[in-house]
Amino acid sequence: MRRGAKGAVLEVRALSVEFSTARGPLKALRNVDLDVPAGSVVGVVGESGSGKSTLAGAVMRLLAENTRITAGEVRFEGRDLLRASNAEMRAIRGERISMVFQDPMTSLNPVLSIGTQMVDIQYRRDRSREEKNARAVEMLRRVGIPDAERRMAHYPHQFSGGMRQRVAIAMALETEPALLIADEPTTALDATLEVQIIHRLKDLQRSEGCAILFISHHLGVIAELCDYVVVMYGGEVVERGTVRDIFHRPGHPYTEKLLECDPARIADRSRDLPTIPGDVPDLVALPRGCVFAPRCAKAVDVCGRDAPPDVWLEEGHEAKCHLAAKAGGGAASGFEGGAASGAGPRAGAGAASGTAAESGAGEGAGAGTRTASGGAPA
Amino acid sequence: MSAILEVEGVRVRYRVKPALRALLEGGSEAFIDAVAGVSLTIGEGETFGLVGESGSGKTTLARSIMGLLRPREGSIRFRGRELVGIGPRALKAFRREVGAMFQDPVGSLSPRLTVRSLLSEPFRIHGLRERDLQGEVRRLLRMVGLSDEFASRYPHQLSGGQARRIGVARALALGPKLVIADEPTAGLDVSVQGEVLNLLHRLQQELGISILAISHNLNVVRHITDRLGVMYLGRLVEQGPTDAIFEEPRHPYTLALLSANPHPDPDAVADRLELSGEIPSPMERPSGCEFHPRCPFVQARCRESHPGIEGMERGHAFRCFYPVGG
Repeated sequence: MRRGAKGAVLEVRALSVEFSTARGPLKALRNVDLDVPAGSVVGVVGESGSGKSTLAGAVMRLLAENTRITAGEVRFEGRDLLRASNAEMRAIRGERISMVFQDPMTSLNPVLSIGTQMVDIQYRRDRSREEKNARAVEMLRRVGIPDAERRMAHYPHQFSGGMRQRVAIAMALETEPALLIADEPTTALDATLEVQIIHRLKDLQRSEGCAILFISHHLGVIAELCDYVVVMYGGEVVERGTVRDIFHRPGHPYTEKLLECDPARIADRSRDLPTIPGDVPDLVALPRGCVFAPRCAKAVDVCGRDAPPDVWLEEGHEAKCHLAAKAGGGAASGFEGGAASGAGPRAGAGAASGTAAESGAGEGAGAGTRTASGGAPA
Repeated sequence: MSAILEVEGVRVRYRVKPALRALLEGGSEAFIDAVAGVSLTIGEGETFGLVGESGSGKTTLARSIMGLLRPREGSIRFRGRELVGIGPRALKAFRREVGAMFQDPVGSLSPRLTVRSLLSEPFRIHGLRERDLQGEVRRLLRMVGLSDEFASRYPHQLSGGQARRIGVARALALGPKLVIADEPTAGLDVSVQGEVLNLLHRLQQELGISILAISHNLNVVRHITDRLGVMYLGRLVEQGPTDAIFEEPRHPYTLALLSANPHPDPDAVADRLELSGEIPSPMERPSGCEFHPRCPFVQARCRESHPGIEGMERGHAFRCFYPVGG
């Protein structure tokens, strides 16, 4: 997820999104950067209200009427989706980027059979009816639906929750998209099914080679599935890195606390569970300084005063925190050149050598906004 | 430890076909047993956890204990008194002694009532108007760690965690001896989840209540329960002390459930017993051991006969011919 890395299918740069509300603009996303390298799984983790789903909605340009994208770019396959026409977006949605939603019951049409829906989504293909049918059956088989041919005639309510989610995944992958966005795809499922779906996603991602942007609040699932992780809090990316960086060497106090609070990580049985005191920030009236400062046990004066910089901790791992800067992390190197910062996959090499030309185009803008943003949210 | 609740052989049946149609069509079953013969005992001051996947009958069992559903068979005794078949007056008296927390923290509060009304409602329902309701509301708010100003708020003005606290206060309003908490932390963020569970634990210590906690979140159950029952297709397939079940699960389903729990560590070795398929419909109960179609260790005998309750050493019991471990 190195920012500006070559081979990233999706590059989100300095994205800011507001919702207009009766109380004034609600700043749902502020200056968000995110890269999804080709063929990798990037997890977005955060609690309710952190902006995870808004991020997915912004990429797909599927946000409510009262939304305003105030700044930023969403570059996908060489173009900025925020500036694409509606017709262009329609050509991209479902074809190049597909999405799997949380609740498979509401994302499938209840009055059409699965077969009809599986055939309908191939409307762009120059195929005969029979070919489309065969392809649909083939996709259902690939996601592990037994007796796929007969199941084509069934309606969504005749499938169980786990099966419905497989159908949704089959639909999302039918078009061989470059990017699959999965928004809490296993939240509504039971544990044994969750595992089945995650493995299925991982296998399919390997065989079909698409990249996945995986949104979840479930740390266990993120750890198991993802290569890179972005941690969001209060509409900002507070930390990014490889899955091991985040789970083994968290650099942001919020990430640390989040991991600490997960009862699955508490080895000994305890009746006194850790919590993060305080409430999530009010995104209409943001706190001064760091958004997490009011709940941060480690906060010092500067945290309540200035917005924290993105601090480079190690190759590909950075945290938005004053304390990390003090601890002598790579001292805000992220501000220069942009490409130097950001989480690098194998992109490490590719990007280090190859970004010069590439970064000239978009990176400059990205880096510029980021510097300017130092004090912006105040 | 004396028992506060004794459930014995409870069966709860739902009609799935209207009577006339069942008569005309004949053949297939017109009923399903959502709870198919469950026995368990909850001790004074104990927390008993019920786990299982959707459709396993956890909530149905809880609702029958609360007297919201009438079991077709079996007995439910609360502090020695039989609850099955009692009249409405006795049922109302019983409900003063059992508090309920339902799923969905915000959804289980009426959107049109203020917190003040929500918290004084239990007193009004039970004809306790002579009490100082304002005082009770303040007492309850303080008990769950909320300030007095919350009294004038509506549910939509509460965060998930705050709504859950109100749910706890409502459940405890009349000083019950038993609290039934259906998914007490579902829908809450991990940072808030601990808060609610700690609160429940503190109140349990202070008030000496027993808790029946229903959850599909095994990580939560491990920390908060003393004993645990694992449900599958309306039956308890394993029950025993929580530690024993986590350390040495005997039923293959319990093992699969425990190992399905993704560990939040990318380097965790997933030594996983993965199940194929899904929980079958109670309309088509498999023959023999009802878990056999999904069981990785299935043998011929499992397809034919139904295993009774085995084990029972130190209160750890399971239904399986070929238990794992041991």
